[in-house]
Amino acid sequence: MGRKGLDYEDLNENVKKVQYAVRGELYLRASELQKEGKRIIFTNVGNPHALGQKPLTFPRQVVALCQAPFLLDDPNVGLIFPADAIARAKHYLAMAPGGLGAYSDSRGIPGVRKEVAEFIQRRDGYPSDPELIYLTDGASKGVMQMLNAIIRNGRDGILVPVPQYPLYSAAISLFGGSLVPYYLDEEANWGLDLVNTRQSVAAARSNGITIRAMVIINPGNPTGQCLSEANLKEILNFCYQENLVLLADEVYQQNVYQDERPFISSRKVLFDMGGPISREVQLVSFHTVSKGYWGECGQRGGYFEMTNIPPKTVDEIYKVASIALSPNVPGQIFMGLMMSPPKPGDISYPKFATESKSILDSLRRRAQIMTDGFNSCRNVVCNFTEGAMYSFPQIRLPQRAMDTARSAGKEPDVFYCLKLLEATGISTVPGSGFGQKEGVFHLRTTILPAEEDMPAIMSSFKKFNDSFMEQYQDYSKL
Amino acid sequence: MSPAPASARALTVDSLNPKVLALADHFGGAIARRAQRMQEMLEKDPGSYPFNEIIYCNLSNPHSLGQQPNKFFHEVLALCDYPHLLHWSVTNSIFSSDAIARAREILDLIPGRATGGYSHCQGTEGLRNTIAVGIASRDGFPCYAEDIFLTDGAAPPVHMVMQLLIRGEKDGILCPVPSQFLYTSSMVLCGATLVPYYLDESGGWSVSISDLKKHLDAGRSEGITVRGLVVVNPGNPTGQVLVGENQCEIVEFCRSENLVLIADEVYQENVYTDEKKFNSFKKIARSMGYGEGDISLISFHSVSNGYYGECGRRGGYMEVTGFNSEVRKQVYKVASLSACSNISGQILMSLAMNPPMVGDESYTFYQEERGRIILLLSQCAEAMVQTFNSFEGMTCSKAEGAMFVFPSIRLTKKAIAAAEAMNTKPDVFYALRLLESTGIVVLPGSVFGQVPGTWHFRCTILQPEEKVQLFIYRFKAFHEAFMGEFHD
Repeated sequence: MGRKGLDYEDLNENVKKVQYAVRGELYLRASELQKEGKRIIFTNVGNPHALGQKPLTFPRQVVALCQAPFLLDDPNVGLIFPADAIARAKHYLAMAPGGLGAYSDSRGIPGVRKEVAEFIQRRDGYPSDPELIYLTDGASKGVMQMLNAIIRNGRDGILVPVPQYPLYSAAISLFGGSLVPYYLDEEANWGLDLVNTRQSVAAARSNGITIRAMVIINPGNPTGQCLSEANLKEILNFCYQENLVLLADEVYQQNVYQDERPFISSRKVLFDMGGPISREVQLVSFHTVSKGYWGECGQRGGYFEMTNIPPKTVDEIYKVASIALSPNVPGQIFMGLMMSPPKPGDISYPKFATESKSILDSLRRRAQIMTDGFNSCRNVVCNFTEGAMYSFPQIRLPQRAMDTARSAGKEPDVFYCLKLLEATGISTVPGSGFGQKEGVFHLRTTILPAEEDMPAIMSSFKKFNDSFMEQYQDYSKL
Repeated sequence: MSPAPASARALTVDSLNPKVLALADHFGGAIARRAQRMQEMLEKDPGSYPFNEIIYCNLSNPHSLGQQPNKFFHEVLALCDYPHLLHWSVTNSIFSSDAIARAREILDLIPGRATGGYSHCQGTEGLRNTIAVGIASRDGFPCYAEDIFLTDGAAPPVHMVMQLLIRGEKDGILCPVPSQFLYTSSMVLCGATLVPYYLDESGGWSVSISDLKKHLDAGRSEGITVRGLVVVNPGNPTGQVLVGENQCEIVEFCRSENLVLIADEVYQENVYTDEKKFNSFKKIARSMGYGEGDISLISFHSVSNGYYGECGRRGGYMEVTGFNSEVRKQVYKVASLSACSNISGQILMSLAMNPPMVGDESYTFYQEERGRIILLLSQCAEAMVQTFNSFEGMTCSKAEGAMFVFPSIRLTKKAIAAAEAMNTKPDVFYALRLLESTGIVVLPGSVFGQVPGTWHFRCTILQPEEKVQLFIYRFKAFHEAFMGEFHD
């Protein structure tokens, strides 16, 4: 028999359907150009350290000591590590007998899970059970595990905001479920529109879809909006009435750049509501060390917390978690450190506090610089980045630009972003990667380039944009 | 609208993905949970059992049993995690000079020296280059960084491969019996049909091509499209190292039957016999003259085993060769959903593929560490094989490689009846009794699959030197008592 290699046609249909633009076409083109020697500014992914943000000192000291415990025996260790880092390294090494190289429990080191529970309790004012907290290799793995557990077949629908971080759409495709979109209202600063959501649900149900869960991303990605307490109550009531599990992606909870709507966890609002709803609405909350002011994406540290999930269901989720044996131990330690950072009075506190504040203050300034910068460009309208790490300006493309794009076989926003990349080296993600209303185009960029580089970047963008708009302006307007 | 009653809440066991429900209980779950409870009781009340500790032989987790990590690797990892150390002169008196040099090299390979940033989703290119060079020098054939995907251990890439290849339940994968649950679980989760092939216990657990063909044909006659063949070499739980000729037969078989060869080679640095040598399937295929266009091959390795045993870091790679670019794009796409694997694990994988060389400051110490660990594993393996072979009703194949022994036990009718009366499989019954009498935790063969009517258990060879004799003493006492109790 002649050998026939594996063809594209022979692959799992669900995999073929998956789209994940964040590391897709634009990113690959940017990488190619970088190889050719062009200077690229990667703003396609929320990857702070890659754009020059320095890691916080204290966690790195602790983890380095945990990586190489022989250091603790060296007489000179006190010269290069502060006493509290040394103490904390011993604390984690005691929790991880065998060190960082040993598998932990599949759900994560019990001591770290306890630290997560204590953090949640301090944050929300309600007790949290470490047994219902699972550590994962980044929040993405936890999201995938939960969706894998929920989706039975193509008739299971998951409510996902549009625009959304495409991990959700990709995972739903991969597991063979149906994505049921609910549109955020751009005119209302990307606010929640429950009327639209109910319409979506009704339409899906009339097509035979059973809606199983609702995803919220708070603060939002790519949109950055922070949900108000009233919004969260509405959402929780909705989930209660419609019998949906709420999947609350709260990975950007430390990234809030306005004071009107500070972060409140879905769990806190749920428990504040009291009564039967607080005991019955099923909630899974996700967090990570990749974002916030820590930005330790490369460590792959995350967790999910289950609320009101029945014990037998938790057991089944444990099964899924245990196939991968254990989440990486250094990532777990980063999570523990994030959950219980240096406190006032600790030797490392002043430095930690200064480093953290400096990063957060700068992010707040950069959010403003970018929003203002985009709003100063022709045909560009940008909502303020209330939170998270991105700016998601709307690009009002002239008809001629759209026609040119389509005749080149590209979506208009992809076309625009490729041109932007080639002209300026700024690598963004077209809005179509996140979902947007028909005929309305956006791009996503991060607010992460160094503050001192921002003015040059925004001016380079403006130069490109304004000349692009000039080039493609509608003749009828002349 | 009134809410649905609590019993009909969205996420109950009845409404979960049936594939998740179908997953077999993990790690011979009953035994692991029992051991955990016994440990808790012993901690509260040391006198509660006729032994004072639980001896975990169920999972290969070397550092948890006292195996020391490699100093050079840990020095480099610490320096990469906290590069400030490289600015201070006192560092030179604490860290070896080659670890310092290597850390600098590695940091230079990482864009922005940012070990906290996401890397390229296949892993940092420079580290993949290092690994590719290591693979090329291992095999004597070229290896390319673009074929390498760095992963969080060996489990995620196995899932990825299954997701790619399996379209539905009419797709199957040929999987060895016995086989570790990673493969069986992944298949259940993907909805694939597991097409078993039986390793030949009397032939040292070799792969019989006629058995492969028999099961492949049987699968096909039931309408299953068999997409790939999993081979684990060195074997888990069986510990055999395949001979070159057997590997050639397997390569030919995959070519002629149009199967993707999925080669799990995570134990490649655990070989305890001079009579056998590890050869990667890539090396074998290339030596046979088969190139990119001739065979589709996915090979896995990880940092969890070898002489480094760094399971907790989740470091690994898969090398993907023999696929066209359309298919490769899909592999990349699936990999990109998890962003990237953890950087520390990537660094460690590159160190494992490029350890200290002759002349480096750390070389002597490193060689000693490595030699000692492999020797200990080999001695423990030997002691266990001899011991189990001396027990009544037990035979144990030589542990040529990997981290386990997998003895077979001939259980008497009386023992089997006693197990059935307790609604337990006979080998689970044996393993539970062993646990309760001695504190020793092993995994019953039924977790891995075995020829029906045969019984086995898997036991790791990781006991520290000073504990081996105690282990043997306790096990022997238990086994003699058990065989006496259930004498037909």
